[in-house]
Amino acid sequence: MKKLIVALLLALVPLLVVASGGVHLDDADIDVGDQGSLQRGAKYFVNYCLSCHSAKFQRFNRTARDLGLTEDEVKENLMFTTDKIGDPMNIAMDPENANSWFGVTPPDLSVISRARGVDWIYTYLRSFYLDESRPFGVNNMVFPDVGMPHVLWNLQGTRKAVFTEHEGQKVFQRFEQVTPGSMSSEEFDSAMRDLTAFLSYVAEPIQLERQRLGVRVLLFIAVFFVLAYLLKKEYWKDVH
Amino acid sequence: MSMMKWIDERYPLTKVWNEHLAQYYAPKNFNFWYFMGSLGMLVLVNQILTGVWLAMMYKPDASLAFGSVEYIMRDVDWGWLIRYLHSTGASAFFIVIYLHMFRGLLYGSYRKPRELLWIIGVVIYIVMMATAFMGYLLPWGQMSYWGAQVIINLFSAVPVVGEELGVWIRGDYVVSDATLNRFFALHFLLPFLLAGIVFVHIVALHKVGSNNPDGVEIKKGPKGNRWSETAPADGIPFHPYYSVKDIAGIAGFLFLFAAAVFFAPEMGGYFLEHPNFEPANPLKTPEHIAPVWYFTPFYAILRAVPSFAGSAFPGVVAMGAAIVLIFFLPWLDRSPVKSIRYKGTLFKVWLAIFVVSFILLGWLGVQPATPVLTLLAQVCTFLYFAFFLLMPIYSKMDKTKPVPERVTK
Repeated sequence: MKKLIVALLLALVPLLVVASGGVHLDDADIDVGDQGSLQRGAKYFVNYCLSCHSAKFQRFNRTARDLGLTEDEVKENLMFTTDKIGDPMNIAMDPENANSWFGVTPPDLSVISRARGVDWIYTYLRSFYLDESRPFGVNNMVFPDVGMPHVLWNLQGTRKAVFTEHEGQKVFQRFEQVTPGSMSSEEFDSAMRDLTAFLSYVAEPIQLERQRLGVRVLLFIAVFFVLAYLLKKEYWKDVH
Repeated sequence: MSMMKWIDERYPLTKVWNEHLAQYYAPKNFNFWYFMGSLGMLVLVNQILTGVWLAMMYKPDASLAFGSVEYIMRDVDWGWLIRYLHSTGASAFFIVIYLHMFRGLLYGSYRKPRELLWIIGVVIYIVMMATAFMGYLLPWGQMSYWGAQVIINLFSAVPVVGEELGVWIRGDYVVSDATLNRFFALHFLLPFLLAGIVFVHIVALHKVGSNNPDGVEIKKGPKGNRWSETAPADGIPFHPYYSVKDIAGIAGFLFLFAAAVFFAPEMGGYFLEHPNFEPANPLKTPEHIAPVWYFTPFYAILRAVPSFAGSAFPGVVAMGAAIVLIFFLPWLDRSPVKSIRYKGTLFKVWLAIFVVSFILLGWLGVQPATPVLTLLAQVCTFLYFAFFLLMPIYSKMDKTKPVPERVTK
């Protein structure tokens, strides 16, 4: 019976091989447990993202608590749009204006890492390249014809994409640095890893606590299972 | 016990306790598969309890729904846990019920005299699907929205009245606030209906008695056991034997369930789909719309059937037929034996084909429809139907083994 199932499954394998489409995503390799990384990520987020993108489901005081910062530290370093520590991370920009400037309202980023995945975000942030045909002069390899300008250009510098022709199709090869930024390539990758980690934290602030609690819950259930099993064995001794 | 006497004179408490628990004799040879029924009830209770608490915080309003779920996840004390218990519970419910139904297939639990028990069970399954479908709209994410749009459009594919029917279900020309509000009302109502049908399912079960892995009718066997002279010799009282056994089963289940809730609530995008973390946007159709995993086998059947004269109706009919056929199982199986243990190779091969096709269809339902995959889905759909429709023939031809008089270990 089992052999038969395996044989049937194996016979179907050749049919199941599907070419995977899309761009290769780099491994974000983030550590949401690293508070230093999250704090740096929060700094990049409020400085570079929070003017156009909100994180409206996340409150500043929650960020303070989870990132090991005092409320004063958060007020001084992370809060530019409000002075109430319990406020959510909103933006001042009017959605209608945003729509006319960028052709699209910049999406809220509260749960973006759960929608796109951290690898996508990490790769997206590092995949802007010069493209004269676009309104802001840049395009993105992961998100073609994106409406967003390359806001991190002074950190990363500008880069161009090198393509090769393959059977009449443009195939992306690599990026080439055009002008240098204030960060080296490694420093920039590390900064984007921090920013991605912060976005992952913001998408589910409870995630670390959830796992810590989960270990205790599983241990409790394991002990309970042993007791329940012994009870069952005791009762069933006389069933033959 | 004068208190009990006082009650028993006014309400048959002791009688009910004895008839359904302490003196309800179940076969003594239940195995792993027989945990699923009690687990299904456990998950139903979990869904109702967590659901009621979620409803205290959730807003069934197109402009507030998505945010209210995030509010539950962040600002409500333990809201994240209640929400994950509910979202993971939905998938757990289907896992447990699919295994419960498969147990029926394995041991012929749908055969005479349990036809009605089986039919009530299939009704439960259908009400469950309706409940889950409506619940899935409530987070108001992109997949909630477009999944509902696709499924409701199926009703619109019905000739003549379809268009009107779609509008009647949605309360609008597209899925909108009106749809969300009524789905919330129905999603709150249906679980109580479900609990009622589960009660009826158990009443039917206790009338005919449980089947068992040998498919032997213990009521027709010799009488007399340690507890009663008239009870079946192969029966043991449900309480305490199966009540303590089910507690151990529940502990085992809860371990896996908690592992999912605390360590993989998204389950790689199967329990909580990634695009559902984007708020519903009626102007932006996702590239690839896939229902949640528990509907995908039927969704794959729907897509596998080619449309006729520009109408997707044949696919809708096939999908409906795939579910309706399950009702007829008691009369499709003509084998002289009930249990897989005594059935021959032919039936086993067909059951294996069915399982593989069903799982493959489930996988295909989440994949984009390419020509090769569509062909594969068509083959699997054909085999799915063949399993049911050819059953009267192959189950009769099958070489069965002799069934023992008494249950085996």
